[in-house]
Amino acid sequence: MSYIKDSIEHLIGNKIPRPSKQQQSAEVQAIYAGKKGKLSKADVEAVRHAHKSTFLSKWQKRRWATLIFVNMLFVASFYFDVQLVEGALTGARVMGFHFADLNAALQVALAYKHIVLNLVIGIVTVFLMWLLLGGRTFCSWVCPYHLLSEWAEYLHLWLVKKRVIKNHTFNRKVRIVFYVVFALLALITGYTVFETISPTGILSRALIYGPGLALVWVGLLLLFEIFYSRRAWCRYVCPIGVTYGVVGLLSPVRVKYNAEACHHEGDCRKVCLVPHVLELTIRSGARDVNQDVSSDCTRCGMCVDVCPTDSLTYEVKGLSKMLK
Amino acid sequence: MSDNKQSVKRKKPTLTPKRKAQSRREFLRSSVLAAGMIGASMLGYVPVLQGTSLRLRPPGALKTPQDEQQFYASCIKCGQCVQVCPVEAIKLADLLDGFGIGVPYIDAREQACDFSCDGLQCVLACPTGALTHDLDYPADTRMGFARLARPKACLAMQGKGFKGQARGADYRGLLRYEEVDRWNPIPVSDHPYDLEICDLCVRQCPIEIRITQCEAAESEKTDQPVARVAQQIGNACPPKHAITLEPVELGDGVVRMKPVVQEGCVGCGVCEMICPVESAAIVVDLDKNADTVKES
Ligand code: SF4
Ligand code: SF4
Ligand code: SF4
Ligand code: SF4
Repeated sequence: MSYIKDSIEHLIGNKIPRPSKQQQSAEVQAIYAGKKGKLSKADVEAVRHAHKSTFLSKWQKRRWATLIFVNMLFVASFYFDVQLVEGALTGARVMGFHFADLNAALQVALAYKHIVLNLVIGIVTVFLMWLLLGGRTFCSWVCPYHLLSEWAEYLHLWLVKKRVIKNHTFNRKVRIVFYVVFALLALITGYTVFETISPTGILSRALIYGPGLALVWVGLLLLFEIFYSRRAWCRYVCPIGVTYGVVGLLSPVRVKYNAEACHHEGDCRKVCLVPHVLELTIRSGARDVNQDVSSDCTRCGMCVDVCPTDSLTYEVKGLSKMLK
Repeated sequence: MSDNKQSVKRKKPTLTPKRKAQSRREFLRSSVLAAGMIGASMLGYVPVLQGTSLRLRPPGALKTPQDEQQFYASCIKCGQCVQVCPVEAIKLADLLDGFGIGVPYIDAREQACDFSCDGLQCVLACPTGALTHDLDYPADTRMGFARLARPKACLAMQGKGFKGQARGADYRGLLRYEEVDRWNPIPVSDHPYDLEICDLCVRQCPIEIRITQCEAAESEKTDQPVARVAQQIGNACPPKHAITLEPVELGDGVVRMKPVVQEGCVGCGVCEMICPVESAAIVVDLDKNADTVKES
């Protein structure tokens, strides 16, 4: 159950302390002990060299294709009026089945203080879907803002490398503050306040129904991320990510870490949108030889792509065992 | 957890003064971020309080004439109502509408709701009930209430007729003309008129059209009850007239015709859309509807 505990700690922005010797299994301790002094810088560099670029590697390609495909399905079915997928990412009907984004539905429920049956059906469908496919998978595989901010991130990293700008971090607890405040605002004001600034909703609607002034706001967010703080919206603000992180507590799709071959050189943490979830890859950071990355992970697969030793892999709980 | 203490102890010494200052700055930054984001989202209140986000809403929108709070709250901003409307009357509001962002509205002058869909499809499409499912027929709708805003500009009041395309050749709006095509709306510009006295607002009013159809059906088959006929065309007969052309005496001895809005007006905006004078002599008021008019 430590997966759930870790996940909750990460979701509310807490730091998970390194496991003490008592918390580590004998096996993993043996692995860490065996590595002492054995890994020279040159060794690490040699393997890393083979993996120089992560740009458009396996999972990123698949993920971008999926993200673009899903969003284009909405656009195409409205444009050609084929009634395959109606609506937008906040709420949709897919071949007649109701879908409702869990966070948008929560906002509506809190503001309106009343839920109709169709919305309940939509919530249940989406909940079950992400329960199966993995919680924050929505973020990196569907959310259109994620893609834009991923591109902005490349720009940001380049500027940092050129020493034009510095990255500024925030306290991760602020995200949970946002979550609570936006929920309270919906409840108290009776308006779906978060929708006003949600780039996910704005972009989805802009794609389907045509661009509008609201894109200026999305542009500002991107500029903020490029010049001031890396991936700030997704890391520190977005309540949608938190909502799906909670669903992820129960979902079987995960990224699994195996400590055995790991070099602890930290390439995975450098590419990750939520690097705190990968702190278990720091030497003596894991409790077990095999440990799942917590549910704040968006299952984007960047770390899977970049890891030179294949210590990080996708896993479907239950299924992988059957497949083996 | 007994190990917690240990790890806390282990971490303490690493908090050098520099690290402390760093985390203090981070905390300050985070507070500014929180204030900024929440402040930005609360800016959405401004158009709502100023009333600049008030608009003509699709049929069944949960609102009172002055207060749209319930509608904003219940709408999930998905646009499914937009997608089903055969005349594409519905649009989604933009950032300038604040909390109203993503909420559907109708710009009647550009394209009004003429109930081309018969079955109030936007209402049926809405997943949250923001467009209330209690609505069965167009005549139950309460979108607004029409008013002859500029009687002097009204062609009928001037005793004039109208010949040609109601809104000019470039106008893109659609209406369903049952005599042309029962199922598909066509461009208004494809349907020129030739009228001795302009009565476009009355002639194209969907409520009036339906009443005429019901009356025709009734006189044809007198043994059939009206409601049955209505069901056949998928639409009940409106119980009350929405707009009529009536003679008025202006004091100069000349009798003029005047469009008079009646109790049955649902505020769909077709009259405003079709009115050939620029800008429309008849408009839909948002702060009234058939119910509030009846009460006062
Ligand atoms: S955190 Fe929010 S904006 Fe970022 S990817 Fe997830 S849903 Fe999209
Ligand atoms: S009632 Fe029909 S025609 Fe009118 S706005 Fe709704 S879908 Fe469009
Ligand atoms: S279908 Fe309903 S919830 Fe969706 S945009 Fe229209 S009114 Fe809002
Ligand atoms: S009078 Fe105008 S607004 Fe009223 S129902 Fe008729 S066309 Fe619609």
